[in-house]
Amino acid sequence: MKSIEELPRLKSAEELEALKLKVLPRIAIRKDPAAKPYNDVTHHIMICCDTGCASSGARAIVEAFTKELAAREMERTVDIVVIGCHGFCEMGPLLVIYPDDVYYIRLRPDDVGEIIDETIINHRPVPKLLYHDRESLRPIVRYNEIEFYAKQNRVLLANCGQINPEDVEEYVANDGYKALAKALSRRDDPLSLLEEVKKSGLRGRGGGGFPTALKWELCRQAEGEEKFIICNADEGDPGAFMDRSLMEGDPHRLLEGMVIGALIIGAQEGYIYVRAEYPVAVKRLKNAIAQAEAMGFLGDNILGSDWSFRIYVREGAGAFVCGEETALIHSIEGKRGMPTPRPPFPAISGLWGMPTNNNNVETWANIPGIILNGGDWFASYGTEKSKGTKVFALTGKIRNTGLAEVSMGLTMREIIYDIGGGIQNNKKFKAVQIGGPSGGCLPESMIDRPVDYDSLIEAGAMMGSGGLVVVDEDTCMVALAQFFLTFTRDESCGKCTPCREGTTRMLNILNNIVKGKGKAGDIELLEELARNIKLSALCGLGQTSANPILSTLNYFREEYKAHIYEKRCPAHHCIDLITYWIDADKCIGCGACRKKCPVQAIDGAPKKPHTIDISKCIKCGACFGACRKNQAIFKK
Amino acid sequence: MSDNVTLTIDNLEVSVPKGVTIWGAAKKLGINIPTLCHHPDLKPYGGCRVCVVEIQGAKALAASCSCPAAEGQKVKTNSPIVREARRLTVELLLANHPRDCFTCPRNQNCELQALAMDLGIREVRFDLAKPSWPIDETSPSLARDPNKCVLCGRCVRFCSDIQSCSVYTFANRGYGSIVSTAFGKDLSEVRCTLCGQCSVVCPVGAITVKDHTEQVLAAINDPQKIVVVQTAPSVRVALGESFGLAPGTIVTGQMVAVLRRLGFDRILDTNFTADVTIMEEATEFLQRLESGKNLPMITSCSPGWINFLEMFYPEMVEYHSTCKSPQQIFGALVKTYYAEKESLVSSKIVSVSIMPCTAKKFECLRPEMNASGYQDVDYVLTTRELAGLIKSSGLHFNSLKPEPYDSLMGQGTGAATIFGVTGGVMEAALRTAYEVVTKKTLLEVEFTAVRGLEGIREAEIDLDGTKIKVAVAHGLGRARKVLESIKAGNPNGWHFIEVMACPGGCISGGGQPISRDLAYRRKRINGLYQDDRELALRKSHENPEVQALYRDFLIEPCGHLSHKLLHTTLHNANERFHK
Repeated sequence: MKSIEELPRLKSAEELEALKLKVLPRIAIRKDPAAKPYNDVTHHIMICCDTGCASSGARAIVEAFTKELAAREMERTVDIVVIGCHGFCEMGPLLVIYPDDVYYIRLRPDDVGEIIDETIINHRPVPKLLYHDRESLRPIVRYNEIEFYAKQNRVLLANCGQINPEDVEEYVANDGYKALAKALSRRDDPLSLLEEVKKSGLRGRGGGGFPTALKWELCRQAEGEEKFIICNADEGDPGAFMDRSLMEGDPHRLLEGMVIGALIIGAQEGYIYVRAEYPVAVKRLKNAIAQAEAMGFLGDNILGSDWSFRIYVREGAGAFVCGEETALIHSIEGKRGMPTPRPPFPAISGLWGMPTNNNNVETWANIPGIILNGGDWFASYGTEKSKGTKVFALTGKIRNTGLAEVSMGLTMREIIYDIGGGIQNNKKFKAVQIGGPSGGCLPESMIDRPVDYDSLIEAGAMMGSGGLVVVDEDTCMVALAQFFLTFTRDESCGKCTPCREGTTRMLNILNNIVKGKGKAGDIELLEELARNIKLSALCGLGQTSANPILSTLNYFREEYKAHIYEKRCPAHHCIDLITYWIDADKCIGCGACRKKCPVQAIDGAPKKPHTIDISKCIKCGACFGACRKNQAIFKK
Repeated sequence: MSDNVTLTIDNLEVSVPKGVTIWGAAKKLGINIPTLCHHPDLKPYGGCRVCVVEIQGAKALAASCSCPAAEGQKVKTNSPIVREARRLTVELLLANHPRDCFTCPRNQNCELQALAMDLGIREVRFDLAKPSWPIDETSPSLARDPNKCVLCGRCVRFCSDIQSCSVYTFANRGYGSIVSTAFGKDLSEVRCTLCGQCSVVCPVGAITVKDHTEQVLAAINDPQKIVVVQTAPSVRVALGESFGLAPGTIVTGQMVAVLRRLGFDRILDTNFTADVTIMEEATEFLQRLESGKNLPMITSCSPGWINFLEMFYPEMVEYHSTCKSPQQIFGALVKTYYAEKESLVSSKIVSVSIMPCTAKKFECLRPEMNASGYQDVDYVLTTRELAGLIKSSGLHFNSLKPEPYDSLMGQGTGAATIFGVTGGVMEAALRTAYEVVTKKTLLEVEFTAVRGLEGIREAEIDLDGTKIKVAVAHGLGRARKVLESIKAGNPNGWHFIEVMACPGGCISGGGQPISRDLAYRRKRINGLYQDDRELALRKSHENPEVQALYRDFLIEPCGHLSHKLLHTTLHNANERFHK
C-alpha cells in the first residue's frame, strides 16, 4: 500500500482509468481464481477487523498469521488484507482466502497454522473451521452460498469485505471515483445529474425517507454566499451499526458521494459529523480524505478541473440528539447540540446561516452507484415507492447477528428467518423493534408485510436508519418500552418541555408498572402523554420518543394490563412480578440450586425435592440457571 | 412579489408582513397565544411549547412564537387538540415546580402561575419530584434558585445575545438540565456585571434580587440613626406600575410622601447629584478635549457597565470618565457636605438609595466608595423592594398626596431626570457643555439625535466651531461593539460616548417593576421626557442647589475636593477571578 506521498495525482478521467487498469492485476485473484499471481503474491487472506470482529479477537488472528507466515517464509507470497465489515458479525473473527474463496469463521489464533498448511499450501479447506448449514449440517466453503449472504443484495456493500479500506487504489480498481469523473464531465449540466438522482427514487436513509433529489434541489436553489453539505454519521440508535460499517469498510464511497453531491448542489465545503465513539471510522475517514486530496479526488482542482471542494471531519461528543440536523449543525458550529425550530430549514439557513444539505452516510454512499449506473439501475431494485437496497443491522435474539443489505420490499420474515436464521435457542419470535428508540415494534402478525418506508409507517414503526432488534418470548414488552424510553429520556437535550418532562413522566409510569405498582388509569395517562408529546415536542427525538410505548400498547396491550391489574408479567421477565418455584415432581434433589443460591433460600435433603423460601428469595435467577438436570425450577 | 402574507387564524383572515410569526399575526387579531419562553426582546426559541397551534395539513403542532406566518395558512389557536397539548405541557412544568407560591418573591407576578390560572389547571397528576439544587446567594445583587427554573432560557439568551456576557448556559441533559454558570461556579465567581436583566426576564422566581428591606427597616427603627434616602431618576416613572398605574406615570410626589410615611428622616433626590455629575463630567470632557488625552471619554453612571469594562476590557479603563455615579456622589456628599450644612453627625447617618438597578447594590460596597470616611451609601433598595416595603406597610400609595423633597440636595433639573433613559446623560452633558463652551444660551434643549431605542446612535454637535462626535449605546452587547470600534482605532472619530448597561437605560434596569406591557420601555421613557419638559430648570448648571454646592463647598468642578469626593479609579476586575 502506498503512503500519501507516493500516491499519484490524477488530472483526468483517462488517468483514473489508466490507474484502475494498473491496479487491477494486483487484486485479480480475488475476482478470478485463474488469475495470475501479481508480484509473486499467490494468496490474499482477507481478515475482517471491523469493530465487531475486532472485539471478538480478530487482531490476534492477524498477528498469528503474520507470525506463522514469517515462520514458513511465506510473507512475500501471501498478503494479509485487513478488511472492513464482512457482515456476518455473529461468526467473527472470520476471513476469506483468495483465490480459493474459502470462508472460515469463529477463528482462534491456534487455527492459523492449520489454515496455512492445509488451505494455502495444499489448497484444501479445513472442514471444522467452515460454516455449517444449520439444517443439513453440511459444511459450506464459499460464503456466498451461505443462507445469510445468499438472500442479500450487496450493492452498496459491494466493496465491504472485498477491499482494504485504507488503500485508495483498491477502491479505484473497483471503479472507485469513476462516477465522480463522469459527474465532472457533465459539470456544466448539473441538472442532468440531479435528474439521475431524481430518477433513482432515492429517499433519505437516515429515518424520515425524504426524497433526496428534492432536498438537494431546495438547497441548490437557495441563495447564499456559500453552501455546505453535511454527512450525518452520528449513528446512535441502540442496535444500529450500518453507517459505522460503511465508513470502516468503504470510506471512499462516502467521500465520492459527497463530492458528487457538492457538485450538484453547488457547495464549497462538506462536513462529516461522526461519533467520537467510532474511532476506527474516524481514523479511516481521515486517512481516506488525505488520500483523496493527494490524488485529486478532493481539495483543489479536482481531477484536473478548476473546481475545488473540501471535506472536514467533526467528531461528535456522544449526544443522540445531535443526529437531529439542527442540533448537529449547532454542534459543528461549536455550540451546545440543541435543536432549533424549523423553519428555517437547513436548505435555506443551515450551517453558519448558509444553505446546507444534510444526508446520512448510507444516502451519500448510494450516490456513486446512481451516477455511474444511472437512476434507472437503482430504481430497478426495491418497490414502487421505496427504491434501491437498504442495509439493516440485525441484533437482539436473532441467530445471525450482522449486517445485511437487501432490496426494499423483502418481508420482515425473510430478513429475520432466511437471512437472520430465526430466533436463538429455538425460542419463539415475539416482535422486532425497527427504527431504534424512535421506531416501533412489529409483532408476528405484521412480519409478512414488505419492508419499505410507507408500510412501516402504516404499521406504527419507521424505517429509521435500519437497526432491527429482535426479541423473543422471554422479553417483556413493557420492559422493552421502558428500555427505549430510558434511552430517550437520558438523551433528551432538555430544551422543550414535552420531551424533557414528558419522557420522564412516561418513564416513571412504566417503572411503576414493571414494579407491580401500576394502577388503573396508567395506560390512559401514558396514551395522553404519548399523543401530546408526539404532537408538541420540538424535534424528531421528542416527537418520536413515545413510539415504543404507542406501538407496544397497540400490539401488546394485554401485557400492560396483566402487569397493572393482575400484577403478572406474562414473559416472566419483571423480577418484582415473578416468583421462583421448584416442581417437586421434577426435582431430583441434586443440590445444584442450593449451592448456587446466594441467600440460602433453598433447602432440601439430598436426592429429595428441594423448596425455595420465597421470603428469603431475592429473585436473582441463579437457581434457574443452575438447574441443568431437568427444568424443575420455573418462574411464575 | 407581495411583502405581505395572508392567512386565516381561528377563521379570521389577517395580513402581516413576511417574516412575522403566527404569534405576531394572532396578536394583530387580538388573540393572545400564551407563551413562556418567548420574550419580545429575544429571538424565537420554541422551547416551552406552550404557544403551540394547529396548522391545517401539518403532522405536528407548531410553536407559534417561531413559526413564520405563511400565505394561505389555516391556523387554529384554540382547538381541542391545541388545548389538550397546551394544558398538558403546563401541567408537566408544574409537576416538578416547587409549590411554594405563598413564599415566593414572584407570587402574583409569576408567568407560570398566571399560565396555570389562565389555562384553568386544577390538578397536577404527576408526583412532585423534589429538586434539590443548592440556591446560589453568593452574588451581592442576585439570588439563583435553580429548583424553580422552568428552563425557558430567557436568562441564558438575554445574557448572551443582548448583553454579550454569557454568564449562563444550559448544563446537563434532559430531565437533569439546568441553567448553570460556567463549570457550575458561584455567581460571584464568574464575570457577571450584575445588570440584573436576568431577574427581569425570568418568568418565575428562579432569579431574584437580594432583598435589603429588613436592614433598612432596622435603621429606620433605630432612634440613634438619621436615615437619609435618595431616589434615582427612573424610579419615579416605574414605581407606580406596582400599584396598577400605567408605565411612565410620574409618581415623584407620591413616592416622596410614601417614603416620609415609611419613616425615612430626609427624602432627597439623586437628580441633584445627577446635575453634579454633569458639572464634573462636562468639565472633565472639555479638559480631555483640550488636551486630546484619553478620548473618546465614556460616561460612568451605570455600575453594570463599569463592571463590564473592568471585567472584559480592563485595558481600556482610561477612556472612562473618572467621575463617580450620581448615587455615589450623593453618598459622598451626604456624609460630608450635607452633614455639615444640616449639623448632623456623619457616623449616625444611614444613607439609603432607591434605585432601578441591581448593580448599585455592589457599587455601594466597593471599598473605594468611602470618600466620606464611612461607607458612602449604606443600603440600596430596588424599585421592586420599595414597592414591596410600601405594600407590607399597608400604605395606600395611589391615594397619597404628592409632597416635595426636602431641601438641600433635594432639587434636580430636567437634565438630571433624563439620566434615567438611554441618551439622557449625553443630552444633559451637551446642554451644559454647549453653554459653558459657547457662553450662549441654548434655546433648543432637546437633542433628539441621541434619543430613541435604536442600537448605537451617533450625532455631531457644533460647539461654536468645535465639532464633537458623540455616540450612545445601551445594552452591553452594543457597548462591546463600541469598545471594539475604539480598539480598532475609533474609525467614527467619537469624542464622547454614553453607555448604559441595560437596554433602554435605567428605566428598564434590573431592579425595576417587571412589566407585562410590551411597550413599557417606550412609556417609561416618555414619562421621563415629560418630567423634563415640565420642570422649570432643564440644565444642570442652572440648579441653584448645585450652584450653592460649588459656591459653598466644592469651589469648582473637577477641583481638589471634587477629586477627593466625587472621582474614583477603575480596576482590573480579573484580578478577582484569577485567584
